[in-house]
Amino acid sequence: MLGIIIGVGSVIAAVSITSGATKQVEDRVASLGQNVVTVFSGNFTSGAMRGGWGSAPTLTPADAEAILSVPDVVAVSPEVRDRAQVLANGLNWNTQVIGESPDYPQIRNWNIAKGSMFAEQDVRSIAKVAVIGKTVADQLFPNENPVGQTIRIRNIPFKIVGLLESKGFNLFGQDQDDVVIVPYSSHMHRITTRIYVNSILVQAASTEAITKVQSGISDLLLSRHRSREADFTVRNQVELMQAATATSKVMSILLAGIASVSLLVGGIGIMNIMLVSVTERTREIGIRMAVGARGNDILVQFLIEAVTLSAFGGSVGIGLGMGASRLISSLMEWPTLTPVAWIFIAFVSSAVIGIISGFYPAWKASKLDPIDALHYE
Amino acid sequence: MADRAGSDWQPHTIVQTNPVIKLADIHKTYHTGEVDVHAVRGVSRQIVAGEFVAIMGSSGSGKSTLMNMIGCLDRPTEGRYWLDGIDVSTLDRDALADVRNEKIVFVFQGFNLLSRTSALENVEMPMLYNRHRIAAHEQRDRALQALELVGLGERADHHPNQLSGGQQQRVAIARALVNRPALLLADEPTGNLDSQTSIEIMGVFQKLNDQGITIVMVTHELDIARYTKQMVVLRDGKIVTDETVAARLNAERELAQLKQAQAAVKLE
Repeated sequence: MLGIIIGVGSVIAAVSITSGATKQVEDRVASLGQNVVTVFSGNFTSGAMRGGWGSAPTLTPADAEAILSVPDVVAVSPEVRDRAQVLANGLNWNTQVIGESPDYPQIRNWNIAKGSMFAEQDVRSIAKVAVIGKTVADQLFPNENPVGQTIRIRNIPFKIVGLLESKGFNLFGQDQDDVVIVPYSSHMHRITTRIYVNSILVQAASTEAITKVQSGISDLLLSRHRSREADFTVRNQVELMQAATATSKVMSILLAGIASVSLLVGGIGIMNIMLVSVTERTREIGIRMAVGARGNDILVQFLIEAVTLSAFGGSVGIGLGMGASRLISSLMEWPTLTPVAWIFIAFVSSAVIGIISGFYPAWKASKLDPIDALHYE
Repeated sequence: MADRAGSDWQPHTIVQTNPVIKLADIHKTYHTGEVDVHAVRGVSRQIVAGEFVAIMGSSGSGKSTLMNMIGCLDRPTEGRYWLDGIDVSTLDRDALADVRNEKIVFVFQGFNLLSRTSALENVEMPMLYNRHRIAAHEQRDRALQALELVGLGERADHHPNQLSGGQQQRVAIARALVNRPALLLADEPTGNLDSQTSIEIMGVFQKLNDQGITIVMVTHELDIARYTKQMVVLRDGKIVTDETVAARLNAERELAQLKQAQAAVKLE
């Protein structure tokens, strides 16, 4: 029965941890915004995302504007990224400084908590305005309202017009609140000197429209860049999530495989226990047959015992597995979640294993000859 | 239908005109390796309702083999066996099990009770296998009645290891009675008991036989056979003697005399 306990326990623990991790990824992907399609500079496979961003400069703000004309596109924000030292109040802080369009909060489903987002006017006038995230606010303006104050980015003073609400961590474990957002034009002319953007964020009108928008963007950019091969990559949120969860999916399959072997061992253990039990109770079986038990009655009796044994082991395993996953999650700070469907699956599997591995011993018991059984010592 | 007081106990009625058992030229041969063992070589007899037969013989005479066949635990290799008019060779394994459940019951030398199980649960066990389900409370009632009949009403919750040999055998007899059989087969029922307890057990059998249960008993002890009504002696698989018991002993009387003798010894 130990095999069943360990097998079921490890399946539950593995499933809990990977489900928790997957849910966390889903939540973070959802926090990217709704119906978001991302266009990256450079052509790369989804596995090499980190290295690919902005590796080959090919996208421009004009591309972003052109994309607005693709059907079912609702909002667009060209994105430029950089790290910079920002100063305020005699304090400094190293943070992400990114340039976006005024559509950015809408695309990212990221509301302004205080003040407001900068406007199209600010993009056109390359204004020195900024919106900051909560972490930056806490660092540079502790216990103050940052709106209306000045922040120096690479020694250029920017006026803070808005404070973003808290967002938490992104897909890669980075603090999204540690950010300063300026108009992309200001970023590309004042903070840096660039022609090309890192990526373009696009919001589609609906979930159904996403694939159409993706192909629309691809066609448009191919013709604009006049290249035979794409020098850009278009990805939607689902694809991003799949890429992020690819590793954990492999891991969970591996863990499930190991756990299944454990369950098999458990089943063999049950069969052994039952075979020994049948042998030790040979005389009892003979007595029962002598008072009128049919072969079938004996078969059912021992089968029920085997199922009870394995179902009990399964229940203990479920409990231990859930406990172990909670323990691991608190130690490693991984999230954990035990889907109810899996508890049901684990319980049913252990019962089924009981039936299968108990069948042979029960069948053997039912075929005993009563006279021989009665004389068994 | 439902019996309440133990003294009203009646086994289910059987057709009186047909003999309970009819054996016609029964043979049993075991093929063990090179040698064939002819355990029973042509036994023919009828046993009618109400008989109390002792089957005797030395070991190897075939008496246990014959008993096993009468009790439907084994099948004859030759010959026919009619039980209540039904040819037993036409019955399959499951039907034979039913026969053992309803019509024929066994009492063994080694008692064959389930350990770690109470006397009550032991006695209830045959009813688990009844084809017509009996309600749990009725099972309990019947089991308690049977235990009272054999004088163990107060020990229903005892386990076999808390009972003496004689008490265990009584539990086994109670278990045999619980489905109201017509025929009771006992294989050396007093073999593991001392002489006084043996007489007590024979007393139980005599009481049951007086109430109409047919009893066939295997024994090798002449003293015990004197409590039965009919003696059949087997030798080498055949019946050599078949006679009524002369000067039949009455167990109650014998026990009373025994107690007097014991009391007398104590007074000295």
